Amino acid sequence: MNRHLNWMLPLITGIVILGAWWLVTAVWADELIYFPGPGATFKAVWTERALLLPATWKTLWMAALGFGAAVAGGGFLAVLLASAKPVRLSLYPWVLVFQMVPVIILIPILQIWYSYDATKTIVSMTFVISFFPIVANTTMGLTSTDRGMLELFRSWRAAGWQTFLFLRAPYALPYFLTGLRIAAVLAPLGVITGDMLAGTSAGTSGLGFLLLNYRSEFRPDAVFAVALISAVLGFLFTAAVHWLSWLLLHRWHDSRSGE
Amino acid sequence: MTKTLLRLQDVTKRFERGKPVLDELNLDVNEGDFISIIGPSGCGKSTLLRLVAGLSPLSGGSVDFSDGEAMRDRMVFIFQDATLLPWLTVRRNVELPLSLKGVSQAERRATAEKALKQVKLGAVGGHYPRQLSGGMKMRVSLARGLVQQPSLMLMDEPFGALDAMTRNQLNAELLRLRQASRFTTLFVTHSVGEAVFLSNRVLVLSSHPGRVEREFAIPFDYPRKAALRESPDFQGLTSEVMRALSQTIQVA
Repeated sequence: MNRHLNWMLPLITGIVILGAWWLVTAVWADELIYFPGPGATFKAVWTERALLLPATWKTLWMAALGFGAAVAGGGFLAVLLASAKPVRLSLYPWVLVFQMVPVIILIPILQIWYSYDATKTIVSMTFVISFFPIVANTTMGLTSTDRGMLELFRSWRAAGWQTFLFLRAPYALPYFLTGLRIAAVLAPLGVITGDMLAGTSAGTSGLGFLLLNYRSEFRPDAVFAVALISAVLGFLFTAAVHWLSWLLLHRWHDSRSGE
Repeated sequence: MTKTLLRLQDVTKRFERGKPVLDELNLDVNEGDFISIIGPSGCGKSTLLRLVAGLSPLSGGSVDFSDGEAMRDRMVFIFQDATLLPWLTVRRNVELPLSLKGVSQAERRATAEKALKQVKLGAVGGHYPRQLSGGMKMRVSLARGLVQQPSLMLMDEPFGALDAMTRNQLNAELLRLRQASRFTTLFVTHSVGEAVFLSNRVLVLSSHPGRVEREFAIPFDYPRKAALRESPDFQGLTSEVMRALSQTIQVA
């Protein structure tokens, strides 16, 4: 019974919220002309599909590209930081500082550098926003290897690369995945905000630009439709990374076992 | 005539500026010896093992193996924590030291299975460490030592974190493994009973400076049975070692 409650209760809450949304917008339909109900929203998803579908793909594609580059680049920099102490001491504090900077400020700079190429600007911004949590967490993981295990490898007189491959890297995996989960929330956020600021036309940009487009057309139902799609996209993107993380950790790592 | 496996001469260890932890310690370890090292905390028991293992540099003196440096490959360190890698199954943990040496997969699989059977864990090879009890983890750690075919086992309070029952059980297991695999052992412990039960020689170390204060020869024949612990001879000897130990603590 308890096991079923775990998924039933949140589902019921969801249905209640959806019902409340419908009820409120139906009862006060005349007063809430700028607050479309679920019916109008879903209808707009359908009628606007010719613009929504390519924008969704574009958004997903840009998020995946920026995120993927951040995983590769962030992982690489973390290994570099972890293996050379002078490099770590000089760079790691700055990694932490940049993690706190609202990187959205990069948009106008990137626009100038890329001659207002929206895709390049947005992907680069998404790369930067996803990059720092991955570097910070992975470096932390690579440098906090259990001392007892390091001693064990020393007692085996393992080569440096063996200690890295068989001990330090797998030890850092949960940290790396924490970085990935944080970055997976930031990447879609980065793409959508980036698109709002740098997007150029409804036919070629992503969901962020489409939101602004429908706002200027004064179509609240379509704005709601884009918001809904964006929310689902962000959720799926993050959920995929959580699922990957669970897949890699659940058998041996305590933190991922109860989910 | 027994062969000397390892000779410690004037072994000295000093950390930073302070007084030496070990001061001109001398010890001959013979092949087949099971030597327990007891002493007040801070007397450098663990340090001594780490010096022999080469995990820590000597400040003075020498550690010489009769077979030269080749011995180092046949030396296994067993830590107080089982230090199993949580992301590997029990079987892969046991195979790991062989993987690092480039042993083929078929061979290391066979060796690991055999070692796991020796420690009576043949059935849990596919489990992950977090599914095991403390005693089982330590057995896996022993199996991981056995696959390296040790001629010298350096054991740093391996059973210190276990409850008394499990500890006694593992003591008996260890003697059985030693009987089968014929390794020489240096064993650090806080438990006098454990030291007397396992060893043919018990060393009592003094602290500041750390030296061999007294050595006891334990005359009981191997293989030893658990019932030995109840015999008057065993208990008499245990009390004697205990007295020697408390004297070094009072002096310190």
